[in-house]
Amino acid sequence: MTTNTVTETSAVTLAGVSKVYGRGPAAVQALDKVSLSVAPGEFTCLIGASGCGKSTMLSLVAGLDKPTAGSIAVSGRVAMMFQEPALFPWLTAGANVELALRARGVGRVERRQRTGELLDIVQLGGFGAKRPHELSGGMRQRVALARALAQDADVLLMDEPFGALDAMTRDVLHDELDRITAERNLTVLFVTHNVREAVRLGDRVVVLSSRPGRVLEEFPVEIPQPRRIDSAPVAELAGQITDRLREEMSRHGE
Amino acid sequence: MASNDSWVADGAAPAGTALAGLDALDLAGRPGGGRWRLALRLWNAFWPKVLAIGLVLGVWELVTLSGYKKEIFPGTGPTLADLWDQAKTGTLWEAIGNTLQSAVIGFAVAIVIGCLIGGLVSRIYVLRAAVGSLITGLQTMPSIAWVPFAALLFGNNASAILFLVVLGAAPSIANGLITGVDYTSPLLLKAGATMGLRGLSLWRHLILPASLPVFVAGLKQGWAFAWRSLMAGELLVLVFNHPTLGELLNNDQSLSDLQGATAIMIVIFIIGIFVDGLFGAADKSIRQRWGLA
Repeated sequence: MTTNTVTETSAVTLAGVSKVYGRGPAAVQALDKVSLSVAPGEFTCLIGASGCGKSTMLSLVAGLDKPTAGSIAVSGRVAMMFQEPALFPWLTAGANVELALRARGVGRVERRQRTGELLDIVQLGGFGAKRPHELSGGMRQRVALARALAQDADVLLMDEPFGALDAMTRDVLHDELDRITAERNLTVLFVTHNVREAVRLGDRVVVLSSRPGRVLEEFPVEIPQPRRIDSAPVAELAGQITDRLREEMSRHGE
Repeated sequence: MASNDSWVADGAAPAGTALAGLDALDLAGRPGGGRWRLALRLWNAFWPKVLAIGLVLGVWELVTLSGYKKEIFPGTGPTLADLWDQAKTGTLWEAIGNTLQSAVIGFAVAIVIGCLIGGLVSRIYVLRAAVGSLITGLQTMPSIAWVPFAALLFGNNASAILFLVVLGAAPSIANGLITGVDYTSPLLLKAGATMGLRGLSLWRHLILPASLPVFVAGLKQGWAFAWRSLMAGELLVLVFNHPTLGELLNNDQSLSDLQGATAIMIVIFIIGIFVDGLFGAADKSIRQRWGLA
């Protein structure tokens, strides 16, 4: 959304970011001195137990909320996708995408043309006139992706976007996300609680500790693309990461 | 079985087709429209009302047959005949015209004022604290209590009646808008914020459309209050040479004409149901567009 200081090698930089909700004895520390740097075009997955502040991190990067301490630098525009498609139910699929273009001040004629292109990219050409409730869960999430792409962002924040989809639909959307992020050289911060999904998609998997959220360990994923979520190398690395997560959870007595 | 075919096709389709996965099943069985469906829908909407009217007429006829207050209690037949006679004179139609005119003008003014107040109160926090509960207080105040105030302030004329209608409807309309704005989904607001909607465009493209269903409910309630206020006003504020439904009722009371009064009440009842039906249709069409119906 906003361009802060731009570091040459980093699209998103969090430096010692802490976030505390509330005050006094009722205060909850969601994030504790999180530092993380994401290179342009890198696909980074954030994983951790619920309540580890994953979503908080994305909200902070998106500028929806301000950190209590530390600094966040983002180079370029930011778009965000949520677990729910969050489409506007009073607009058609096409109009939802078009509104994102309009919010950026794109002119009417160009809007129409770009909306068509974006719907084609997410394989929904011909569905522009449908309303969100007439589409399936996966198609709605595709429209949300098209809307995010319409914001012409350099950084795409995704908060468990496929968490509510069935496994088959999710696999298909993984393939498409691969294709689209590679084509557009998008920097992605992807939050999930599904370890295999993180390994399937990420160039790097960042494991966060439970409340307060801290960076516990980072796992580079060196499995060549295209990957399959049920392939042996993916399962193996996912196993390692799951062990690390278990260790952390038992430490918290959860 | 079209959905079945498409499922098979999608299952065989290469990855990357929009309708792949179990998702395809989600789209199964969306009904299409047709002319006979419209006729069926109209009939389905129509027959319960016919049944209700039949029940009312039946009970009414039973009371008549029981001989309760036989000298003055109007029977169904004579009352409907009375209504027919009145319909043949110009006065009833003139009264209906005058009453509906007051209703429409008063309701329109109430919408403008209600939106203005509702919009300001929902945007400005201080106003909310100061005026919010006042609006609800006004809403609960019976409009008939305002009649002396209106009559003394404006005199016995149409302005006094309009004042009552506006006062009856505006608080509900304002409250509808405020509640609608309050209930705008936080998730949609987040989505709007990341899209870069802010200020006026945030209101135009997100908050106002999002609050439309609750706003329409407020309009419907506002209309009910307006209609009651209007009847109270017309019954009590008699304007010279300006026949209204309320005034006709008042005349019938003075002449001890229970049959005539009942005939007018039927007219009032029918208008009320008709307008309620309009709001119901608006509400339904919104819910259908949103996928809530």
